[in-house]
Amino acid sequence: MSRRVYSSIAVGAEILVPLLILALWQLWTVQADSDHFPRLSTILVEFKDMWLFSEFSTHVVPSLVRISLGFGIAVVAGIALGIPIGLSEWTRKLAMPHIEYWRAMPPPALLPISIVLLHDIGDKQKVAFIAFFCLFPVLLNTIDGVRSIDRTLVDTARSYRIPRRERIRRIVLPAALPQIVAGMRTSLALAVIMMVLAEYFSSTSGVGYVLLISKNTFEMGPMWAAILLIGLLGYVLNLAFLLAERRALAWHRGWRASTPL
Amino acid sequence: MASRLEGLDPALMLEIKSLGKTYGTGQKETRAIEDVSFSVEDRELVCVVGPSGCGKTTLLKCLAGLLRPTDGEVLLHGRRVTAPPEEMALVFQEYGRSLMPWTSVRNNVLLPLRHKKLSRTERSRLVEEALAAVGLAGFFDYYPWQLSGGMQQRVAIARALAYQPSILLMDEPFASVDAQTRGDLEDLVLRVRDEFGVTIVFVTHDIDESVYLSDRIVVLTHAPTVVKEILPVDLPHPRDQLATKELPDFAHLRAHVYRLIKREQDPVPRLAAAEG
Repeated sequence: MSRRVYSSIAVGAEILVPLLILALWQLWTVQADSDHFPRLSTILVEFKDMWLFSEFSTHVVPSLVRISLGFGIAVVAGIALGIPIGLSEWTRKLAMPHIEYWRAMPPPALLPISIVLLHDIGDKQKVAFIAFFCLFPVLLNTIDGVRSIDRTLVDTARSYRIPRRERIRRIVLPAALPQIVAGMRTSLALAVIMMVLAEYFSSTSGVGYVLLISKNTFEMGPMWAAILLIGLLGYVLNLAFLLAERRALAWHRGWRASTPL
Repeated sequence: MASRLEGLDPALMLEIKSLGKTYGTGQKETRAIEDVSFSVEDRELVCVVGPSGCGKTTLLKCLAGLLRPTDGEVLLHGRRVTAPPEEMALVFQEYGRSLMPWTSVRNNVLLPLRHKKLSRTERSRLVEEALAAVGLAGFFDYYPWQLSGGMQQRVAIARALAYQPSILLMDEPFASVDAQTRGDLEDLVLRVRDEFGVTIVFVTHDIDESVYLSDRIVVLTHAPTVVKEILPVDLPHPRDQLATKELPDFAHLRAHVYRLIKREQDPVPRLAAAEG
């Protein structure tokens, strides 16, 4: 079987299986006739009415903005902190217990305090909440990536007297990048979770807020439509990230394939 | 400065004076290098050979300023080496790990030039010249891992040459390439030595290689290392993979070095008896 045939079957399955599940849902809900599990056709009508596109700008856009800001801040801070911590054994010894403490914290535990500390249930609080929990995967992976740089490459840089800034920019950062990117992917999935969580408990807009309101008013159609949207959001974000990674780390795949290990 | 350099032999490039290196402390203390002294003259090619595990790499790292010797000192042009000197370049055995896999051959060679005070055109000229000198003129935009092992090591050599060092240290650079490539790379080293007028310290465990390349050979014992013998190699230049290796002198030298090292590799009890 050729590669082309194989990959088109794989892509076909990725599309067909969800469609099959939706069809089964429709069949089952028609037969069950339950208020809690509305028919697919009902959910899709709600989905179209809400998200395409009458409430898109009032609820989806704010959610996306919060995810982007929170995730962006986490990535920048994670790399900026991770590099010095990864490079210095002493900094690491001092910082690791604190990092391990905060990353073990369950996110809902910090939700009330984020509202109190920031005097805010608006964007500032939600962005900070998302950024805080998205920080750890990037930070830990950056530290690890920086630590595992090949000794020979470090010696090469030293023997050529490459200044510290150049060394970080030209060697440390690119060498750690595959691991940083892996951390970023974990963080991105986390950002969607944190967004829903923050909006569900303290918000006046966003898809998490829609979820809360429709639950409170027993509107099962809009609730399922919100769930469908959140799932799609996570899926599409991950897909976009994978495509970007494929481009940015093309060298890594080629290199790995060429190095027998 | 002038007064310090006075009375200094201008032909003298590198001096290693009673260098010793101990790793660890207390019970874990191991003496890697006991006492090594030799010197390298300007434009000389000196090979350092010894049995495997004799601390050749440790010695080279001390020469390069990457490791601090426990005893003794290394002098480059009469100045003590305490950090990697500007006029020195290093080529490692593991070419695959000393090159940056995420960027092109050109950028790899350019890396040590970026922080030098050079114009943009001067930089590209150096990169082009160095890559042409090692026969890789058409490979600027390749990733290192797209090239064969021998070609990758050429990139590492080109990077060292572009840096314009007066002395080049090479740590078993051809140990992991096949025999044919190895011969080509040896001839490349001899050629660039003449073209670029560079002094070379070449560490190897290959006896043929050491005799073929050297002006002088420094034979080491195994750890704790001392210099077993320093022997001049008076084979005619230019060297040739076939003609040079057919000379009776080549065979004699080769056999001599081989015996020196072979004796080193004998089982420990016999060695102790012989020394006692």
